[in-house]
Amino acid sequence: MANLNIESLNLQIENKILCRDLNVQIGENQRWGLLGKNGAGKTTLLHALIGRRRADHGNIQLDGRSVYDLKQRELASKVGILFQQGIEALPATVFETVMLGRHPHTQSLLWDDQKDIEIAEGALAAFDLEQLKERSVDTLSGGELQRLALAMLLAQTPQLFLLDEPSNHLDVAFQVKLLTVLTAEVAETSASLIMATHDINLAFRFCENIILLLEGGESLVGRSVDVLTEENLSQAYGCPIKSVSSGEHRLFYPA
Amino acid sequence: MASIIFSLLSGSVDITVAQLAESLFSSEPSLNSQVLQEIRVPRTMAAFVTGGLLALSGAIMQVLLRNPLADPYILGISGGAAVGALSAILIGATGFWLSNAAFAGALFSIFLVFGIANKFGNWSVTRLLLTGVVVSAGWGAVINILLTTSSTNNVQSMLFWLMGDLSQSSVNSAHYLLLLAGLVGGIVVSRSLNVLIRGELLAVSLGVNVQSLRLLLFFSASVFTATAVTIAGSVGFVGLIIPHMLRLLGARDHRLLIPSCVLLGGSFLVLADSLARTLIAPQQLPVGVVTAVIGVPVFILILRSTIRK
Repeated sequence: MANLNIESLNLQIENKILCRDLNVQIGENQRWGLLGKNGAGKTTLLHALIGRRRADHGNIQLDGRSVYDLKQRELASKVGILFQQGIEALPATVFETVMLGRHPHTQSLLWDDQKDIEIAEGALAAFDLEQLKERSVDTLSGGELQRLALAMLLAQTPQLFLLDEPSNHLDVAFQVKLLTVLTAEVAETSASLIMATHDINLAFRFCENIILLLEGGESLVGRSVDVLTEENLSQAYGCPIKSVSSGEHRLFYPA
Repeated sequence: MASIIFSLLSGSVDITVAQLAESLFSSEPSLNSQVLQEIRVPRTMAAFVTGGLLALSGAIMQVLLRNPLADPYILGISGGAAVGALSAILIGATGFWLSNAAFAGALFSIFLVFGIANKFGNWSVTRLLLTGVVVSAGWGAVINILLTTSSTNNVQSMLFWLMGDLSQSSVNSAHYLLLLAGLVGGIVVSRSLNVLIRGELLAVSLGVNVQSLRLLLFFSASVFTATAVTIAGSVGFVGLIIPHMLRLLGARDHRLLIPSCVLLGGSFLVLADSLARTLIAPQQLPVGVVTAVIGVPVFILILRSTIRK
């Protein structure tokens, strides 16, 4: 389980205010979408959540403790992040790479625990990578690399998943697969998930809650059905956005 | 192991395997046992320790700087040591004082590089690398000044020192301890090295304390290099090629790479030194020349064969 509490958070880069007085409470088994236009501060906010960037003001608490007080290894065993840049194509096998996800949990100095190996293999299978297990990472395609990064994150078994543009390089089928896998994992382990994305439709479909970053540090926080409206999105992106609804589904498109 | 035996057997006094065993383990003094115990054993062990330290340091530098061209000398440590040693040669110092001057020069260079890289708040790997390369170039200029202004006699010994030379070398228990500590410490952090080499962001997100690990890597690799250079001068290629060779052969995991580096680096230098003192005996070649002559073609062969796969 994970409870993340963001309290009156201020973030700025140089003189640009990215968010001001942001308050979000994220409980277990919740999926949050983080939306906003280019440079709105999505990545910066995610990095702040793992303590990479100090908040200018405010608190970020994980299960009642400030993330700045947690030891790096302890934080890494609870919070996993998928970086926008993905993983670098170095000469190492797919399996060696996915095993790195177990790093925060490894006890033994030298030998790999059978349990770690099983978790890593399960994570590969979840993203259809088991056939590529012995392949060198520098021979993978962009989409395969992204799936490997996701498998590594899954192997990390965090209680809070942070995803920066997880659908990068993925075809439609894998975009849906990725979110189905993660949704199941979040439900099964009572974890929670925050996903920064440009895909409003994907966010609406998979996240029941939304943080929408607006111009000048303002933000809208709430349920997707309430926050993701034509009016709010048009304001956030600075371009008119329309939607069509069909039953529970809602599809957004730039007008 | 084989290279150590080869090294003990070869030299200007011919010794057979049987004589080797007899001389090493009997207490009766003979010409053979004297040659072995006073000349060949110390020299062979010096070569092994130097090679092991250099390969270990090279492997660490390649992780620290995330640069395949990194070798133990890239941050100017050998340059500082060389200036120390050459100045000592210039004023006629030998043995003990020569070593101390080299070590002092190396230490000075380590702190100079780190001090400059660290000067403006937080240090980054890029700044460390740039500073190291610039300081190296500075030392290179000083070395050239020393070489061009010295007498021919001195220049001969200076050149030998610069190319790496084990003829004056010996190691004591502190050296063995350092190599052992490096080996054990390297294995202890090897999992973190596996993560760090994949990138700083990833390492942080997987719980590696990157800043303190890098400090540890920088200073330990520097001390290993400084020590190796003090024992044998700046022997080239071992620190660059051995870790790469092992990585190309599949030892990418540092849990395997670190101990393999110590073993292969050590054995390689023992072998190179044996050849250096036998190929054109009674004349001796600088061992640095031999490491290059063997290392370069072997490395190219391995590189080619792995690319073809």
